[in-house]
Amino acid sequence: MVSALRGSAGAESERPVPRRPSPARGLGDRIFRVQLTAAGVIVLAIMAAVGLFLLLRAGQALRTRGVWGFLTTADWQPDVHRFGIAAVLTGTLFIAAVAVTISVPLALGTALFISDIAPRPLRRTLVSMVDLMAAVPSVVYGLWGLFFLQQHVIGLSRWLSDWFGWIPFLHVDGTQPGEPLASQSVYTASTFVAGIVVALMVAPIQCSVMREVFAQAPAGEREGAYALGATRWGMIRAVVLPYGMGGIIGGTMLGLGRALGETIAVYLIISPVFTIQPHILQTGSNSVSSLIALHYGDASAFGMSALMAAGLALFLLTLAVNFTASSIVARSRSGAQSEA
Amino acid sequence: MTVVDLEKGAPQNAPQNAPHGAPGKAAEGISADTDAVAVLPDVPRRIGGVTRSGVLSVFGAAASGLCVAVLLFGELAPFSGALGFFVTAYLAFLGIYAVLTGLEENGQAVRDRVMTVVLWSAGGLMFAALTMVLGFTAWRGREALPHANFFTQDMQAAGPLDPLTHGGIAHAMLGTIIMIAIALAITVPLGLACAVYLNQIPGRFSRFVRTIVEAMTALPSIVAGLMVYAVWILNLGMQKSGLAAGFAISVMMLPIVIRAADVVLRLVPGTLTEASEALGAPRWRTVWHVVLPTARSGLATAVILGTARGIGETSPVLLTAGFTAALNADPTSGPMVSLPLAVFNFVKSPEPTMIARGFGAAAVLMALVLVLFVIARVIGGRGPGHQNKRQARRAARASRRDATRFAELHTPGLKLFETGSDENGEQADPPGSAENHENPGDDSRPRGAGNGAPSHHAPAADDGEPTPPNGSPADGGTRAGGNTDAATGDSH
Repeated sequence: MVSALRGSAGAESERPVPRRPSPARGLGDRIFRVQLTAAGVIVLAIMAAVGLFLLLRAGQALRTRGVWGFLTTADWQPDVHRFGIAAVLTGTLFIAAVAVTISVPLALGTALFISDIAPRPLRRTLVSMVDLMAAVPSVVYGLWGLFFLQQHVIGLSRWLSDWFGWIPFLHVDGTQPGEPLASQSVYTASTFVAGIVVALMVAPIQCSVMREVFAQAPAGEREGAYALGATRWGMIRAVVLPYGMGGIIGGTMLGLGRALGETIAVYLIISPVFTIQPHILQTGSNSVSSLIALHYGDASAFGMSALMAAGLALFLLTLAVNFTASSIVARSRSGAQSEA
Repeated sequence: MTVVDLEKGAPQNAPQNAPHGAPGKAAEGISADTDAVAVLPDVPRRIGGVTRSGVLSVFGAAASGLCVAVLLFGELAPFSGALGFFVTAYLAFLGIYAVLTGLEENGQAVRDRVMTVVLWSAGGLMFAALTMVLGFTAWRGREALPHANFFTQDMQAAGPLDPLTHGGIAHAMLGTIIMIAIALAITVPLGLACAVYLNQIPGRFSRFVRTIVEAMTALPSIVAGLMVYAVWILNLGMQKSGLAAGFAISVMMLPIVIRAADVVLRLVPGTLTEASEALGAPRWRTVWHVVLPTARSGLATAVILGTARGIGETSPVLLTAGFTAALNADPTSGPMVSLPLAVFNFVKSPEPTMIARGFGAAAVLMALVLVLFVIARVIGGRGPGHQNKRQARRAARASRRDATRFAELHTPGLKLFETGSDENGEQADPPGSAENHENPGDDSRPRGAGNGAPSHHAPAADDGEPTPPNGSPADGGTRAGGNTDAATGDSH
């Protein structure tokens, strides 16, 4: 209502509108408008510059290699003009997929727990803790994954590959089921370990998006469900989850965007390989961002251009994911106020 | 809420509950002696709350789940690994708990109980993970942290084999402070101005800016670093420096700060801005005196949370700052190190002392983020428009001053600024109240609406702008009345 009034006033400032609620604009207001618009334009320019300069710098490498060749080559030797992001891009996607698979149930459960199950006095503290978790630096997660989680995950990795090795992506080369003395090193530095760490990093972000939407689920509908005899879980399934579907998808996508771009934690954990590695439990993986972090130091001018091209691909990928996420959140019913 | 509260009390005492169900049963014609049996289905469902049988089933199921896992891992099947043990134990626990609840409840209630336990454990797992990450960092940092030289020296004179009594992270701490200061100097004015722009000047362009900013919140931080590397170092030919790192952190922080500030500004009650506009304040005064002060705590939180993110980012700094072991206080020349970058470099070394230094630096970084976070929570704990006691007193004092000043001006129709404190109201009143009684009908309504607004900042908005109401008091009065009434009607 209010914004609609103001919106019409802003858009139709030339036409004479009867009883316009905004005051007459003086010199101060004009300066104010110009300054604010300038701020908006500058921010937009900075954001556009990210894409523009990456494209500019990547041009040389992309022209040499061709976009298709760049996307389908798994090798990275820019100085002999054999390079492409097929391996690192699939590695990025695998890590993100593992991360999202683990983080979404965790985030969804925690969000529902905070919004509906947890004792009321605890809720604010829990919300703060989730936000704190989102603010923990990625290098700290990386340290934890490298020095603590890795050695504890080996048992689980081995168990998974022993019992479910017949599923192609859980297979590990060079091991036999039930072979107790098998080398543990084939399970370290894998996509799986990196995925778990990234999952812990993105779960708080997903959780806070989901929780915000769940908290907005109309109280009238909640109480209506209870009045019809629903259990609490019945109410959650009938009211909260359908209402919050947009938030769940949007939060998942936002987390996916972060997971795709994560650099340091992944870099610390994985041991880079430049082949497409579909076995997530096996050592060796790669991602676009850790490729950049690995090679920026020793890159020639042309190598830098190739890295810029890889960065551009990552940028476009996350941008696409984020746009999808925000449009899903915006279009869903989530966030709409009910009359109750 | 009320439903839940009713039900919590009700079923503990079945006979007392009978009156609830009584009218319905009378209509159905159920006789009095079967009443006790018939009441049972009518007991309202419990939602949440703790029962003795519930607690017992949880503990029983937990104990048997643990036993099943021990049996499976120790005796029957060749399983191994601590995580696998917990997963198995948990699954066994869930199954046994479902069976136990199923003994006395129907299917719906069993699903509810089991899902409640699952959600509790999801929450528990999340917070256990957080505690583990923080605790592990602090625990491993215990070797390096007690040495005072760790905080006062740089790594210039200390080699990788030197004990922890040599060298420290002073250079990284200073670097972090300088870089984040540069980033804040860019982000705060630009980010807040952009957030105000998104809120105050709606239109197609600002919607576009908002979309772009929202999409950029998850900009991979290494891409921000690459962009600054491309522009600052490759195109402009500058060297790697703290300034470049500050720029890279700003590019990464800007969307985060703008988005958080935008959300906070949207929460400023429309009644406040409309009251200010109705008093004839131009848009910029409304923003400066009403919108920004009302959202102050939220804006501070937005900036601090952005800072916490910016401080912890490694990859933009990795690409743009270079690396040095020496203290460098000049951001414009020479490489500079930040805390996360120092951590990253320390733990890449195979030497245990270097790794201990890395954990020490990580613990310092963690503590820094924690402190920022606590500050953000303390400042931003309240929603917009809520004041603490000190702010309320200050606002009341300002309003009182204004009231006295306006009373001295003998302006009719401007006695809007009663602050609720009686003795000062009395002092300021006499000249004004005489005027006021002449046209009570026109004036009393806007005054009521104005004082009902949740903030005391609104009166201050008119600080130096008494002219418009002076010129046409009657017109100003009716407009204010109409506007605020409509707005309050909307919001309540």
